[in-house]
Amino acid sequence: MEVVREKIEKLEFKLISPSFMKKMAIVKVITPELYDADGYPVDGGLMDIRMGVVDPGLRCRTCGGRVKECPGHFGFIELARPAVHVRFVPWIIDFLRCTCRKCSRILISPDKIAAYVKDIKKIERQKGELEKWKFIKGVTKRCRTVSKCPYCGEKQSKIKLEKPTTFNEDRIRLTPIDIRERLERIPDEDLLFLGLEPLAGRPEWMIITLLPVPPVTVRPSITLESGQRSEDDLTHKLGDIVRTNQRLFENLNAGAPEIIIDDLWDLLQYHVTTFFANNISQIPPARHRSGRPLKTLAERIKSKEGRFRRNLAGKRVDFSSRTVISPDPHIQINEVGIPQVVAIELTVPERVTEWNKDYLVGFVKRGPTKYPGANYVITPDGKRKKVIPDTVDVILEEIKPGYIVERHMIDRDVVIFNRQPSLHKMSMMAHYVKVLPGKTFRINPCTTTPYNADFDGDEMNLHVPQTEESRAEAEMLMNVANQIITPRYGLPIIGSEQDHISGCYLLTQEGFTLSRSETSQLMMSIGQFEKLPAKKIFTGKEIFSLLLPEDFNFEGKTKRCRRHDKCEGKDCEYDCYVCVENGQLKSGAIDDRSIGAGSGKLYHEFIKFYGTERAIDFFQKVSLLGIKVLNMIGFTVKLSDTDIAPESFSEIKSILNNAEAESYMLIEKYNKRQMRAYPGRTLKETLESNVMSVLNRARNKVSKVVESHTSSKNYTMVMADSGARGSSLNVALIAACVGQTALRGSRINKGYSERVFPHFEKNDLGPGAHGFIRHGYKGGLNPFEFFFHAISGRDSMMDTSMRTPKSGYMQRRLVNALQDIKVHFDGTVRDSSGTVIQFKYGEDGIDVTKSDGGKINVGDIKNEVIG
Amino acid sequence: MTLPPSIKKAVERESEGLNKSKSKKLLEETERRFREMSVVPAEAVGVISAQSIGEPGTQMTMRTKHFAGVTEMNVTLGLPRLIEIFDARREPSTPTMTIRLQDDVASDENKVREIAAKILEVSFESIMKEIVIDLLNFKIEVTLDNSSMESFNIDIKDVEKAMNKVFKKHKIVILKSGLIRLSPKDTKTILNLYKMKMKLKSMHIRGVPGIVQVLPIKRRGSWIIMTAGTNLRRVLKVPGVDPTRTFSNNIHEMFRVLGVEAARNSIVNEALGTLKQQGLEVDIRHIMLVADTMTLNGDIRGITRYGISGDKASVLARASFEVPLKHLFNAAVHNEVDNLSSVIENVMINQPIPIGTGLLKLVVKRDKK
Repeated sequence: MEVVREKIEKLEFKLISPSFMKKMAIVKVITPELYDADGYPVDGGLMDIRMGVVDPGLRCRTCGGRVKECPGHFGFIELARPAVHVRFVPWIIDFLRCTCRKCSRILISPDKIAAYVKDIKKIERQKGELEKWKFIKGVTKRCRTVSKCPYCGEKQSKIKLEKPTTFNEDRIRLTPIDIRERLERIPDEDLLFLGLEPLAGRPEWMIITLLPVPPVTVRPSITLESGQRSEDDLTHKLGDIVRTNQRLFENLNAGAPEIIIDDLWDLLQYHVTTFFANNISQIPPARHRSGRPLKTLAERIKSKEGRFRRNLAGKRVDFSSRTVISPDPHIQINEVGIPQVVAIELTVPERVTEWNKDYLVGFVKRGPTKYPGANYVITPDGKRKKVIPDTVDVILEEIKPGYIVERHMIDRDVVIFNRQPSLHKMSMMAHYVKVLPGKTFRINPCTTTPYNADFDGDEMNLHVPQTEESRAEAEMLMNVANQIITPRYGLPIIGSEQDHISGCYLLTQEGFTLSRSETSQLMMSIGQFEKLPAKKIFTGKEIFSLLLPEDFNFEGKTKRCRRHDKCEGKDCEYDCYVCVENGQLKSGAIDDRSIGAGSGKLYHEFIKFYGTERAIDFFQKVSLLGIKVLNMIGFTVKLSDTDIAPESFSEIKSILNNAEAESYMLIEKYNKRQMRAYPGRTLKETLESNVMSVLNRARNKVSKVVESHTSSKNYTMVMADSGARGSSLNVALIAACVGQTALRGSRINKGYSERVFPHFEKNDLGPGAHGFIRHGYKGGLNPFEFFFHAISGRDSMMDTSMRTPKSGYMQRRLVNALQDIKVHFDGTVRDSSGTVIQFKYGEDGIDVTKSDGGKINVGDIKNEVIG
Repeated sequence: MTLPPSIKKAVERESEGLNKSKSKKLLEETERRFREMSVVPAEAVGVISAQSIGEPGTQMTMRTKHFAGVTEMNVTLGLPRLIEIFDARREPSTPTMTIRLQDDVASDENKVREIAAKILEVSFESIMKEIVIDLLNFKIEVTLDNSSMESFNIDIKDVEKAMNKVFKKHKIVILKSGLIRLSPKDTKTILNLYKMKMKLKSMHIRGVPGIVQVLPIKRRGSWIIMTAGTNLRRVLKVPGVDPTRTFSNNIHEMFRVLGVEAARNSIVNEALGTLKQQGLEVDIRHIMLVADTMTLNGDIRGITRYGISGDKASVLARASFEVPLKHLFNAAVHNEVDNLSSVIENVMINQPIPIGTGLLKLVVKRDKK
């Protein structure tokens, strides 16, 4: 196919005239037959090969093109009697009502028109096109009620629209012929006041006399396995129109009685109407033989699956791949592991030059099956030649600078990797290829956060840029390194996860030591080959420091920081103050706050000083260190992690008993009407909210008790403390008490009359009867509690499933409204029409990703510059 | 390159006590960093803002929750509230006001409660026990609820005053015991009697109309009043109320009473507050951009097909969002021209989009050899 290098400058929308229709059409369709006895398209039929071809082997008789070469050509049908276009009915009714029934002038006196012309011009100049049409709509509306023509004095009568396409004037039906006649008489200068721009066309064109027949390529027929042909819905509909039209012609010529003519005319109108839109509310939709409603023109354009959103705003692509993802902490963060089967299929075009000829010839020699080889070679005149054993020798002989070799993907190629839903720009990032054995895409677990991916069967997409320009853009703008800091709030969204954090947390605890050999083992396993300091015993903090650059300084708090009134800094007795001085971790345990994804302050500081490229390497090493530490010392979650001591068990029991007693007290108060309702609330609501808060408080107390009675050797608590995963509340849920379940944000009140289950007393308001679960998961719930838990679980699932489409729609609207807004070269923020939205982006012109959490920290600069 | 005022001020503050060369160095370094931090021209800031607000939407709860710290009041929060703000609905589902008080009042609980009581709308319905239509004698009989009258601190005289004002022509008998008889003067239809009953029930006795609930709470040492129901215009005039720090969560009301700029700020504050309450951090710039776009032309436009998206100049851009057919037919009749100046049209026709790298045209100067 030819490549068009022209730029489209503008699109103009107009009404189509019958004469233009005739000019653009190539065939007059006269017979409803599609194919003759041999299965060859009939001349003058709906599949006439002058309108384009869809069968391989046939050639279009208009342009001589084959399938995919011929774009298709229009035909037309001459209607025996005109029909109304349904979608223009709102305008047609306005035309009829607002013009004189005799002289077809608009029902506005000439002097008023002059005034309106002035107004319209003024409004267009001041407020724009849109407001102009709103004003004109008002003008049109006003002359609907005029009863006497200001030009000829004719008395006007009421015209009623009988939906969808019948017009009655004083109970007498206006046929499309009558209507067309009236519309024809409206002078051009009156059109503007009727809501029709005169340049757009004539009103009578809204009544169809000639119907364009879309090209065959628009409505391709498909051949079923059985060899039977199945036609497109549009072809079916057009067939109906042609058939009815022919019958109408015959009856007209035969001079049939008027009733028959009218009936056929109505039928023709119905078919024309449903050809345009098949979901008009007053008429039954046209159906396929199977009973399925036909999908006609309007349905093809409309909605999510329509032309606009399905084919124009989003398009299918080549050079893409999709498979399951799995983790690999040993590859770099900005790499993606690609199975060889994919690398062999997806190719990168590379142009042959004098300097790389030998290199590329090597690929061609290996051919399509041996990795790394080449699948195609493109000659300078654009011919694509497949590399197969039979052709290799010929190709190798002719290959010379100017040829393009489509070689297999190799390591360090740039690809775009994506996971849906693509909610933010970090959902599509450029990675470097790393071809690996296996059949899944491999990503470093550090990049799961931006993609919101996990490895429970998630699949991801991969795209291979095909031009130098796109490759450069992907590498410069979409590279993982450039996406570390999220524009949402200016902190690294790529960071360490789960085990990485637990590992580093345990490593950097006070008192953690390793021998020299263990340390060198550890460093070797993460690929850090620098010389170790001359020491026999290494503390965990010293080991962590081995990864830090020598001039790195950082100060920050840990997750466990108890926010003492006076921060002790480095001397914090709980080791909660992270301090790095000249590349040495002096104090503090490394946890989520320092290296976690979405919060890591240490990582952020690192990026600020050493840039993102170095950060990528650093992140990967720190994360890997965490994993290797866990490998070395052993890390497991066990059931006994959630064991609680007998004395705290009784403490928990008393907390729960007290809470229950307290809520019963509240209930008694309520029953005796001694309780005072909150203003604006009923007594019952007041009770409910009080009981809820009592029980929630109790559960929080329980979780505090559980937290205080677990040792630091408890790996489940290590995860919670370091911020790697879960919280102490999760432990409390398992170990001690699940607490209050909720349905629609309140205690569970549904079920039988005045009670949730038939096993409770009626009107029992106690905690147990309304969903308070006093056992933990490990101890086991009793049957009621189990049921309550299931109710609550279902409720939260409903919440999630309702939320996803709602927030998706909100985002679609936001993106649609703001997508054209950009920063201009003068620093202003404007939309596509050039309207200034902000004179400076965010009022200060700072890019969040380059800032210090959305700000510029002058204090820090002072410390750095002046010291 | 000039620094924005806020940063300039920060530099001045920091350079206090520094000598001249050092403060100059600080200023220069700050300017250099600021330049580095600036946005690049052609950056698609609109999409970035939309994504930054939309992405956390998936993590929000749907539920209306109790107001932070106060169990007594229900306020729409989370995703529904965010959608409400961006839709620019006429009336929020839970209208509330935050009333800040003048400093001398704010610390005195009794005075605050006094003001709160003054603001709260008391209608006839809330102080009556029973209302009966006596068809035989053709009158309405009401029994007042003494205890609730006491709690609202309302005298029978207040009721009398209000009734005389509303039912001027009719015969009113008020007994000390709290029994009221109201007989219509002229009309004798049951429908009219019923209408009178409804009118009586909703009769305004005291307070600011529209304020159905007041709640004084202590925040950081000083008292503020939260309300359910809003009437900003009237509340601002109440003595003791600080009119500069009192606001309503109804954006349109803010617009009517205080103007567009107030409306813009209230969009920013409401949206930011909603996100923060859910524990989601979003930079203020993104919300400011949305708010600025919404209030651009001196009116509030929602992010809906009737608001911003419907006002776009390009036919194709409008058609690609919602109800494409309507836009196409209108475009034909109005002879509209699409100049293909925004993003989506160029995506449709496979041309480079005029944003980011697509905006730039590179001209290479080649050496002639």
